[in-house]
Amino acid sequence: MAIAREAEPVSSIKETKEAGLDREDLLGIYRNLILTRGIEERGHILYKQGKIPGSFYTGRGNEAAAVGVATAMGPEDVGTPLHRDMGVHVVRGVEPWRMFAQFMGRVDGPTRGRDGNVHMADDRLGLIAMVSHLPAMLPVAVGAALAFRIREEKRVAVGWFGEGASARGDTHESMNMAGVRRLPVVFICDNNQWAYSTPTHLEFACETIADRAQAYGFEGVVVDGTDVLAVYREAKRAIEKARGGGGPTLIECLTLRMEGHAVHDDAFYVPKELFEEWAKRDPLERFRTWLRDNADFTDEEEGEISEQVKKLLNDAIRKADESPLPEPEGEVEAVYATPEELETPHHK
Amino acid sequence: MAVKTYLQAISDALRDEMRRDKRVFVIGEDVGVYGGAFKVTKDFQQEFGPWRVIDAPLSETAIVGGSTGAAIMGMRPVAEMQFADFVSCAWDHLVTVAAKQHYRAGTAVPIVVRLPSGGGFSGGPFHSQNPESSFAHIPGLKIACPATPADAKGLLLSAIEDPNPVLYFEHKHLYRRIKDEVPDERYTIPFGEARIHREGDDVTLVTWGAMVYTADEAAKQLEDELSVEIIDLRTIAPWDRDTVLASVSKTSKALVLHEDTHTAGFGAEIMATIMEEAFEDLDAPVKRVTAPDTPVPFAPPLEKWFLPQVEDVVAGLTDLAAY
Repeated sequence: MAIAREAEPVSSIKETKEAGLDREDLLGIYRNLILTRGIEERGHILYKQGKIPGSFYTGRGNEAAAVGVATAMGPEDVGTPLHRDMGVHVVRGVEPWRMFAQFMGRVDGPTRGRDGNVHMADDRLGLIAMVSHLPAMLPVAVGAALAFRIREEKRVAVGWFGEGASARGDTHESMNMAGVRRLPVVFICDNNQWAYSTPTHLEFACETIADRAQAYGFEGVVVDGTDVLAVYREAKRAIEKARGGGGPTLIECLTLRMEGHAVHDDAFYVPKELFEEWAKRDPLERFRTWLRDNADFTDEEEGEISEQVKKLLNDAIRKADESPLPEPEGEVEAVYATPEELETPHHK
Repeated sequence: MAVKTYLQAISDALRDEMRRDKRVFVIGEDVGVYGGAFKVTKDFQQEFGPWRVIDAPLSETAIVGGSTGAAIMGMRPVAEMQFADFVSCAWDHLVTVAAKQHYRAGTAVPIVVRLPSGGGFSGGPFHSQNPESSFAHIPGLKIACPATPADAKGLLLSAIEDPNPVLYFEHKHLYRRIKDEVPDERYTIPFGEARIHREGDDVTLVTWGAMVYTADEAAKQLEDELSVEIIDLRTIAPWDRDTVLASVSKTSKALVLHEDTHTAGFGAEIMATIMEEAFEDLDAPVKRVTAPDTPVPFAPPLEKWFLPQVEDVVAGLTDLAAY
């Protein structure tokens, strides 16, 4: 028997209104879901064309979890999204062409070719760039929340991790410190059931990751990560609770990683039936159906959004492809920050 | 100008900076109510409150990782590792996150991690180490190892001002043993500028931290027969190559002394640089006096064997002079 609360699905338009979303917001969420998947699908094509060095990771199946949480964040809130959370960058307003430039190692990617794939974030959008060591960004999110608490600002930090990362000590130290100090931080576990090839029962022995929250002195919630509105509602509740001084929440978004760990991996170890089962719960399809059933979503609207996103992606790829590859000049100097750089949006 | 212990100089500098700059806060184990294991932050919590002098759970990862997050949000954290040895638990956050964030993502991480380091009082393998060379290998980190009370103040204030992650090694054996004059006004000492501790013409001795005093005693013992120039590096990342090379071009002989273990210690880097840059100036192979390649032992005779002693330095200098 799970200890954590299991979140109900969102069923009616009335509920979404109560959660603070009007019809335009709902269409915006739909657009962000389409754009998120579009960036990753196009990235995959670029990879196959040999335009992306190294490997390529997607968050297929996790779009609703990422978009739902990011939509619930306030403009002054900050987050540490990971490699399945493209939707967070999209919602916070990353320009897709810079994302493609990042994938291709070009100078206009946020890391100027110094790091690859989703190892990036735009400071100005309130995001902190992830590292490969999961869940190393959780203590960083806790530290951001600590800064807000020290300065008595009504801001919240959101820290992401996966169910695989839940096995590492950083997760424990972060949640323990956040719980002890009741910091304004929300922990989001993207539980996509497979850490590379390792299934959940070999990562943790409790029923859900969210169950652990009780041990840290705060609430745990399990939410269907394919239900963007339920994710939004739970994230909004947790973020506003943290903002009001109510301390952390752990939200576990249950999904299935619909592709391999990265493009080289065909995920042969995931049972076919599992893919078939979760394909029926595709987060984009699910929300499209919901919009049609509950918000009079028309063919015209859908067509318009999909055309708009298609054009955005085409233009973005063209522009990114015009961005040059970096030259190794000034690389050694770039290792250390100069005092003037402390005047960034975060450091003001 | 007041005479202060090395410990008092660190404590006063930190307190003054916290009064001056509200962004500066302290986080660590037992730093608040107890005032720190060595009392560097004694009475700080009464003055600055529990949210600027934060008693953390026993979580070095979260202390350093949390400092990184707070720094990115505009704070100036000064984290304390209760003993430098425990920084191994925070290695990942220093090396993986803090050190690389600027190069990768253009994000400055202005954190200071204070590291009470060094042996000399039977602390054993886990309370005596000098792990600075491990970090000197990591691009993106800066490292200070002050030897004098005045430097302890100036380097700490530089470390807090610096927009990069700084490891500040404060030698425990200097805390209450070393007293000297410390200027009253606020001042900083730039990283990468060595201090000539003692001028000389015959041999260059490069060292830092507590070994400055071991070197000084050895030079005094030999002063009738040998003129030793002692260079206190003060910081090892970056380190002052120019001062070392200029001294070697004058003396033509060099000895590197450190309390850390031998193999791949920072002395190896200094020797390699002298070989690369000043080979023509040398009249003898560069010599090293270091701890042996063992963990730091506990029992007094073993620890004495482990730590470089004045007589070891005297022997090294004498050999070098005779070459």
